[in-house]
Amino acid sequence: MEFVSQHPVLVVSLIKIAIALFVVMTALAYLTWFERKVVARIQSRWGPYWVGPHGLLQPLADGIKFLFKEDVVPPTADKVSYLLAPFLALALALTTLALVPIGPASINVLGQQTQLVISHSNIALILLFAISSIGIYGVVLAGWSSNSKYPLMGGLRSSAQMISYEVSLTLSVVGVLLLAGSFDFYDIVGSQAHWPHFLSQWSLPKWYVFPQFLGFSCYLTAAFAETNRVPFDLPEAETELVAGFHTEYSAFKFAMFFMAEYANMITVSCLATLLFLGGWLSPLPESWRWQLYLPAAGLIIGGIALIIGGLRSVQWNAKAVFPVLGIVCIGIGYICTLTGPGDPVAEVIQGPFWFITKVFFLLFFYVWARGTLPRFRYDQLMSFGWKFLLPLSLINLVATGFVVVLRGRP
Amino acid sequence: MSVAMVVFIVCGALTILGAIGLILAREPVHSALSLVLVMIALAVLYLLLGAAFIAAIQILVYGGAIMVLFVFVIMLLNAGVEVRTNLSRIAFWVGLPLAVLFLIEMVYSLSHQYAAGTTLASAGAVAGPVPASTEELSMKIFTEFVLPFELTSILILIAILGALVLAKKEAS
Repeated sequence: MEFVSQHPVLVVSLIKIAIALFVVMTALAYLTWFERKVVARIQSRWGPYWVGPHGLLQPLADGIKFLFKEDVVPPTADKVSYLLAPFLALALALTTLALVPIGPASINVLGQQTQLVISHSNIALILLFAISSIGIYGVVLAGWSSNSKYPLMGGLRSSAQMISYEVSLTLSVVGVLLLAGSFDFYDIVGSQAHWPHFLSQWSLPKWYVFPQFLGFSCYLTAAFAETNRVPFDLPEAETELVAGFHTEYSAFKFAMFFMAEYANMITVSCLATLLFLGGWLSPLPESWRWQLYLPAAGLIIGGIALIIGGLRSVQWNAKAVFPVLGIVCIGIGYICTLTGPGDPVAEVIQGPFWFITKVFFLLFFYVWARGTLPRFRYDQLMSFGWKFLLPLSLINLVATGFVVVLRGRP
Repeated sequence: MSVAMVVFIVCGALTILGAIGLILAREPVHSALSLVLVMIALAVLYLLLGAAFIAAIQILVYGGAIMVLFVFVIMLLNAGVEVRTNLSRIAFWVGLPLAVLFLIEMVYSLSHQYAAGTTLASAGAVAGPVPASTEELSMKIFTEFVLPFELTSILILIAILGALVLAKKEAS
């Protein structure tokens, strides 16, 4: 306890890191489940079904399988780089999430007022881009160190792709920076609060997705390419390259690349939410106080749906588990309603509620695109990036600059 | 020993180790990776000096963009292990005394400064106040140092054009 009182900032940061790591790891695991379920739905299949009710324990089973598989290191591989690559990929993908704030409120932990972010920096956006630009090494090194032709081709492709699209990604964000005038996520989200003064509160909120729609489109497209996702998943085009840069990786090292990809998806979605979709701000006018009940209402409705769905299911374990989960959801929702509007607890959950909802919708969009779009050809990918997306984001930047100079910051 | 001191010693050691690795590694990719290590450890040293923006840009531009291109080109050319020729051995034996001389010079001048009572703070006072925020830094770049800044941009443009000309020549 003496250590805690001597280093309060350190201890609180460590607690926040531990909680964030647990939450993110769980989210990563269930993101794979969610993706498989949604893609299955799009393709009229069931998806994971047998491990736990509706395959809910499938991520756990996959994790255990990866842990116990034989870990093969190719004899011709460059050992140091080969072992370093998956660590770099996953560690840097997770580090970026330390800069993402999920709510405006500050909470009291062990007598310390602390914000809902692990590291609050006034150049958070640049730091985030810096860390994610280092993340490319994971892919590059994996491709090179395997000393095998498919990983090398995959590594070359993905590094070329990531370098190309990183330019558009960064440029598409600069428009928002010009409007907000800060690198700090708190300032950027803060400047999206309230409504445009010349319109009533019944109009659209002042999120940057409306004035920066071009920037948002460029960002989203470049983000798909940057995270190597469909329709830009050329680095792992199975028919041409087996599995691309991680062909020679097995067991948990493969799982680490897999987790890094999903962590990058989450980071990119969080960034889009913060920059373009108003972060943790509610889309409803502030004067509507009943919106404070929305998280509780969402939990209770979800709980009722779980109970009904569970009872109607043909699986015996779903019949047993889902109603219990539903009752737990309703219970948490009921506790939230007890602490009604004006209560600090109800205020604290508002930010994370809206933030997570928006991130979730973006992640759904990712999965939706995967279930819908075919893959690009490699030359199409490159010419699209350099000849279409880059000029478009440059035009957006120049136009935004002119507007800001002529009319001042909104 | 303060935390900052520990971080300084660790990152200083990493910088030096990376620099040595860069020269001694015979695999070009390993050399490039050592250089990345130097860049990132330097960025941490900048952070210790309170220049967070420079540190982030150091990682973004040098660690991220430039070195990724280096590694990419090395991979693309599939450069093999470095071959030591007689000439490179001569370069080693000529370079070694020079390196030692440089080291002696550095130690001498630093200890001289130390004896004269120059600390980091007083040296900083001579150099003028360090721009703390991003805003101050950009104001300096676009007002006081706008000519060198623009000249650097033109220099980079010339380099790009040169690379293009060379690449075209190769193709025809």
